[in-house]
Amino acid sequence: MIYSISPLAIGLFMAIVVAVLAISVYFARKSSSSTNYFAAGGTIPWQVNGIAFAGDYLSAASFLGICGMIAFSGYDGFLYSIGYLAGWIVALFVIAEPIKRLGKYTFADALDAIFKFPGIRLMAGISTLVVSIFYLIPQMVGAGSLVVPLLGLPHWIGVIGVGSIVIFIVATAGMKSTTYVQFIKGSLLIVFSLILTFAILNKGLSTKPSAEYHQFESLEATISGDLISGLPAGYSATDTHATATGLFVRTEKAGTIRWWKASSDNGPVTLAETLTITTSADGSILYNGAPREEQAFYQVGHLDRIVVDGQDVDSTGRLNPISYLSILNQSRVMLFSEVKFSAGGEQVRLWYQNPVEGSRILRPGMKFKVDEGSSLVSKLNFVSLMLALFLGTAALPHVLIRYYTVPSAKDARKSTILAIIAIGFFYILTLFIGLGAMTSGVIDLTDSNMAAPLLARNFGILLFAIISAIAFATVLGTVSGLIMASAGAVAHDLVDGIFKKHKLTDRQRVIIAKVAAIATGIVAILLGIIFKGVNVSFLVGLAFAIAASANFPAIVMILFWKKTTAHGVVASILVGMLLSVGIIMLSPTMAPYFGVAAGDALIPLDNPGIVSIPVSFLTLIIVSLLTKKKVVANT
Amino acid sequence: MDHGPNITTGKDYAPEYKSRLGLRLFLVYSILYAGFIIINAFIPRLMAFILFAGLNLAVVYGFGLIITAIVLGLIYNHLCTKKEQQMQAAESAGGQKP
Repeated sequence: MIYSISPLAIGLFMAIVVAVLAISVYFARKSSSSTNYFAAGGTIPWQVNGIAFAGDYLSAASFLGICGMIAFSGYDGFLYSIGYLAGWIVALFVIAEPIKRLGKYTFADALDAIFKFPGIRLMAGISTLVVSIFYLIPQMVGAGSLVVPLLGLPHWIGVIGVGSIVIFIVATAGMKSTTYVQFIKGSLLIVFSLILTFAILNKGLSTKPSAEYHQFESLEATISGDLISGLPAGYSATDTHATATGLFVRTEKAGTIRWWKASSDNGPVTLAETLTITTSADGSILYNGAPREEQAFYQVGHLDRIVVDGQDVDSTGRLNPISYLSILNQSRVMLFSEVKFSAGGEQVRLWYQNPVEGSRILRPGMKFKVDEGSSLVSKLNFVSLMLALFLGTAALPHVLIRYYTVPSAKDARKSTILAIIAIGFFYILTLFIGLGAMTSGVIDLTDSNMAAPLLARNFGILLFAIISAIAFATVLGTVSGLIMASAGAVAHDLVDGIFKKHKLTDRQRVIIAKVAAIATGIVAILLGIIFKGVNVSFLVGLAFAIAASANFPAIVMILFWKKTTAHGVVASILVGMLLSVGIIMLSPTMAPYFGVAAGDALIPLDNPGIVSIPVSFLTLIIVSLLTKKKVVANT
Repeated sequence: MDHGPNITTGKDYAPEYKSRLGLRLFLVYSILYAGFIIINAFIPRLMAFILFAGLNLAVVYGFGLIITAIVLGLIYNHLCTKKEQQMQAAESAGGQKP
């Protein structure tokens, strides 16, 4: 940890949690019937629902993940913003009003009402649960990462804390309270992101982001074969390590070990300072050669060179949004690139200074392999991700469920448009927040998810406290929405699917949903602990891919293709779900979790959508055509 | 089991009109989005081309997609509301449903 704990942040954080619980208890008194519990009685005003949509949608992946990814990889992170927003176009133009017209609680309810076919509701319920759980994992992992610096607690305590608060919210009050929690959180998130963006533009760009910013050292030396000579007094070279990116030199000075990057591997060289985390054979970990508590592992990120109208300057002063981007495009940013190797019995995780032109940062290819070193598969992998983001949004259970909380199809449309405005506006801000974090000397290289909150801290502890608390509330809100959707799926779809003959009372149904909410919460807590350290955005992309493969073809086809049959729907959900999850499990990213090298993965794709979505559509069409005489839709 | 409608909805006017309009606007946006993905995936260096005010194609197209989504949403809502009001007015003027 390289930042200290702030009592103000803790105080504000606690205040927000208490406020959330108070809202929950307040609405608990008002929602006793199952309609109230699952769909807030269909009484939420469209304005509130629209912002709640934004609150639901702008999860940890958006605020923490995208801003962090932009701060580390530039424009490629912003591609997530564009894909996440584009998905709402599908929701608005294709799904919102027709699905509201069906007038049911859930996707499975709607399918069931149309087809009256055994198994269909069970299948829809299972796919809802699978997508919800895949979406829950990154939220819980994100919650854990957030409490580490905020409260100074271990990751697992954060996960259990979030899980318990959410279980309390969902088990007490249901959809109405989650809606109001999301409404408040969504509004705060957008307002404070705007304030943060103003602060970034007001400060402008600078080669030295703050007075306390680290002064990078460099040493002169001469390399001749394995021999390193001419180091300044006090330094001795103790090891070297050659990698594809260059030669690294280990030095010792007064007992402190540091690593440097050599400008070449022979002759007179300059050794540039790097940041390292080294794990020795006995398990002890040093940050830049010092134990953790000495906080020697500093925050980084600055401009290497600023060019304004062809002139080099040290800082720009206040900028408008357009000049900010155009000056950055002409300037050069110091990024920090990671390499890992083992040398002399030590595991070394090292970040070296890597100056990159602004024009490179503001175009695609730093993270997604579409440019240097790309292949057809790597390009298709990117296309596949963007396809899943586009088609997955409208099929996410916690988005779908929100269509049932407004009174009419017209309100569904209006709340979706308001959501698009709010979310679109926020996503434009993510580019400035991400680039601001990249160049403001705030980056913690060990955790990209913390870029936005740490940037806020740069503008004062109050802003840091508020932004951190909002980020935490973001996780709380999204997790509540997802657990509600899962609980609805269990209470309505699985239980009814299994016990078809016993009609449950309203009260029994709410009790089952609450038990299901608690159970899902516990599963989410366990998975959040197991998946600690897994890339949050990657996991969210998977949830989108599964939703787009399993649910989206069924939703679209029942709305627009009269020949759709129940068998076709069941087959499409099953094939889409199994194929997308299957490809994920055999992908290069998951391979290391099964002890296989990423390059040896059975399937070279990380993002399954480009295969599983068309196959799911085809399955639905073929099976529907084959079974059209057996079961006919009664619409 | 059918739980019945979750709420009592107000009358929904002009569903076919809205659905046709929605699909057309969806098609427009899909073409813009597909163009964006194709350039990013297959000719990424084109994105570095400076269009105006020092902004490159990547930034302009990206912001453009976000703003277009908002504008298309507002157009859709405007046209749908207009049609709904027309039909509602026609219905009350006629005194009864067709």
